[in-house]
Amino acid sequence: MSVGLVFLVVIAIAIVGFFIGRKRAVLSVDGDVRKLHSLPSYYGQTVFIFSAVPALLVTLAWLLLQPLYVENQVSAKILPGDIVEGSSLELVMADVRRISSGLDSLVASGNVDEDGLKLINAADTDVRALLGEVGVAVASDVQANVFTASMEYRAKTAMLKTAMAVVAVVLSLLGALIALSRIHPEYRARNVSELAIKSLLILSSMVAILTTVGIIFSLLFETSNFFRMYPAKDFFFNLTWNPQFTGGSDLGILPLLWGTLYVSFFALIFAVPIGLLVAIYLSEYASRRVRAIVKPAVEILAGIPTIVYGLFALITIGPMLRDYFAQPLGLGASSSSVLTAGVVMGIMLIPFVSSLSDDVINAVPQAMRDGSYGLGATQSETVRQVILPAALPGIVGAILLAASRAIGETMIVVMGAGAAAKLSLNPFEAMTTITVKIVSQLTGDTEFASPETLVAFALGLSLFVVTLGLNVLALYIVRKYREQYE
Amino acid sequence: MTDATSGSAMGKPKSSLLVQDDRTKRRNAAEARFRGYGVVAITIAMLALVGLLSSILYNGSSAFRQTFITLDVYLDPAKLDKDGSGDLAKIAKVTTFGYAPLIKKSFEVEFEKQGIGVEGMKPKDAAKMISKEGPAELRRFVLANPDQIGETLSFEFLASGRIDGYYKGRVTMESAEIDKNVSPEQLQLADQMKDAGVLETKWNWGFLTRADASENRPEAAGLGVAILGSFYMMMVVLCLSLPIGVAASIYLEEFAPKNWITDVIEVNISNLAAVPSIVFGILGLAIFINFAGLPQSAPIVGGLVLTLMTLPTIIIATRASLKAVPPSIRDAALGVGASKMQSVFHHVLPLAAPGILTGTIIGLAQALGETAPLLLIGMVAFVREFPSAPPEGFFDPAAALPVQVYNWTQRADPAFVERASGAIIVLLVFLLFMNAVAIILRRRFERRW
Repeated sequence: MSVGLVFLVVIAIAIVGFFIGRKRAVLSVDGDVRKLHSLPSYYGQTVFIFSAVPALLVTLAWLLLQPLYVENQVSAKILPGDIVEGSSLELVMADVRRISSGLDSLVASGNVDEDGLKLINAADTDVRALLGEVGVAVASDVQANVFTASMEYRAKTAMLKTAMAVVAVVLSLLGALIALSRIHPEYRARNVSELAIKSLLILSSMVAILTTVGIIFSLLFETSNFFRMYPAKDFFFNLTWNPQFTGGSDLGILPLLWGTLYVSFFALIFAVPIGLLVAIYLSEYASRRVRAIVKPAVEILAGIPTIVYGLFALITIGPMLRDYFAQPLGLGASSSSVLTAGVVMGIMLIPFVSSLSDDVINAVPQAMRDGSYGLGATQSETVRQVILPAALPGIVGAILLAASRAIGETMIVVMGAGAAAKLSLNPFEAMTTITVKIVSQLTGDTEFASPETLVAFALGLSLFVVTLGLNVLALYIVRKYREQYE
Repeated sequence: MTDATSGSAMGKPKSSLLVQDDRTKRRNAAEARFRGYGVVAITIAMLALVGLLSSILYNGSSAFRQTFITLDVYLDPAKLDKDGSGDLAKIAKVTTFGYAPLIKKSFEVEFEKQGIGVEGMKPKDAAKMISKEGPAELRRFVLANPDQIGETLSFEFLASGRIDGYYKGRVTMESAEIDKNVSPEQLQLADQMKDAGVLETKWNWGFLTRADASENRPEAAGLGVAILGSFYMMMVVLCLSLPIGVAASIYLEEFAPKNWITDVIEVNISNLAAVPSIVFGILGLAIFINFAGLPQSAPIVGGLVLTLMTLPTIIIATRASLKAVPPSIRDAALGVGASKMQSVFHHVLPLAAPGILTGTIIGLAQALGETAPLLLIGMVAFVREFPSAPPEGFFDPAAALPVQVYNWTQRADPAFVERASGAIIVLLVFLLFMNAVAIILRRRFERRW
């Protein structure tokens, strides 16, 4: 039985259980529902929960643990002699998995039946060609031991799958029966079902924590693998980035970090003054009509996906900067450059800075403005000498948040900044960033044993730590400031 | 020597309310300048918006139009079904190359009939004006309708990318001189064919329905698989993030006691909202693909990653709209004997529903445009096959709209720039639609107490 079918059967049992439970509750008081502790459908709900939840949880756990168990059992079959030079047990196990699923499709295609499969002897049958017929490609010829292992893998998987289906259905029926047997007029069905629902709610709110744990765990785990292969000192202090898939690569983060900071610097130089001035104008000067037009328009900028900005950098801003600035000035001939990415990222950050600063400026109490006007200050003097100093911590927080955005931004730099890791001051040159290298090291066919791939996790961890630090700092500053005026 | 002090009551007053003195003038000028800066900043922001949108529209709108060549093709039994048996297996043995001569032949017939042609040009070169996809399409048609062999049928073929580019201004006579994929003679011939009505540029549904095509046939590349893949992912995101997000918000807003665990969860959610999206991609790669063994480039993995990314958005929106329901509603429900759970599910939640829906749609719109995490979980792969129907389809390889854009920008042929911009237009139309629905929902159902 497939997993989907098991799921459907369990749910069906639970639904039937719901109706039987409700009926049973009504019958237990001869139709006079006032005598029940809870409303009839709560009795049904308890049956539903008892029959569905444990069965589904067990199925889920089974699905997660089954491959681990089977591989553990089967990998014992593979002797060290079966592992070809340059290969590893993991790769052989991948072959085993592939062969066993190939055998499945072989049987499904009708070329060979179950009995025929048992007669196949890997020593004198070309298993590879046989599998090729059903579209399963195996890299090398299949060795006898590997084939036996695959057969066993297949048999064990099939057996455990059937066992899982049986266990799930039995559990579901058992749960339904237990819940049904507990139904009587005094049974506190509502409390039971509400407790179950509340546990579900708590579980859902744990997803956020699980995500964070997952992020940290996966980053730390792979990073520690990386540092076992490549010294941490070199990663943090080496000045060159030159990955070679033949080994002996230089994987220093510094050129990438420099590119990241340089691009972010230009983005902020562009976005902060404009964003701040937009916010000031909108909150202090603009008439209601202007505000009603400009504010949504600026927010549209925030709703545009970054891939659009990336394309804009690639086909418009990049060539424009190259043709009108870089080439006449003799500074470079590449359309992807630090400045390209910086300017476009700056455009992306304008709404971010302006809406955050807008909030902060609006939070400055009106009394402070009135006091300033009362002393004869003009509007701009009030803004510069009263509002901005009062709002400064919040604005700094907004800038930090924008900086963390800029550092973590990927698509704009992938399409606009280039791929060359360089330590250079010329903003018209192509440089690269941490995010670009994460993408380039992890896309395509990757093997998870080489430092060239694993370095992406170390880069990801650095990125995560830096952006998290900036965010926490920014939120702390903003919160502290908000409390001042509340 | 002048008197430094102006104490004299007899002297002229130094300042007047009617005449601005220098200092006031300076201050007023500074005021005007400051205002000017604000106007300039807004102008720059607006120009950026207009520039962005018009650049995409300018480059991309032509992707929706395509040049087609209509030809009568004689499905020659001598070539396709040599022994006349009509056996499908034998017909299938004729490869795509076997269909090219049929097209060449029909060019000759057409030219004779219309009396057009460029001197010194062979029919072979003329046949190159048709997309390499042409013979493949013809083969697909014959395999689907083997009984039509021997008939002469009218087919509409895609013109090759260069011919199409000629009518979109990308290719000119001068550029054709140095281009080995197209010759000026072919362009002249194309003009003649246009006059004869054989060739025309018209609306191209194929851009929305076809699958992606390889590097050297941009004219056949379409968004079908990408749109379907994105749709599948959005289904996964909706089915997971809405229930989980709403449940989490209900717990945090209505039930959670004030203690450190709740604080940790809340800080966590606000931090997750600010984690760079690429980190979620790394998470997806490490957990869903390497650890859990889900297939690469599958909508299910993309959907799961995007779910985790959208959850904070949905939770924040849901909490805000739960908070907006006045406590009197809860009190009234509790007062007539409802349990806490009943008051939330029967009264608070329905009142908060419009706000929750709005937040969900906005979260989905964000997820739809997200690219970076999808690159890491293998959605960049070249996928030609449409995924099957759900639920199996969730595990088939598929593309996604924003990743398709990225994919096309990485290709050498300039025709793909047009395709990428066109795909962005499609993406923006979807986003516009979703946001419009969100705004309408908010306008229509939002309630203020």
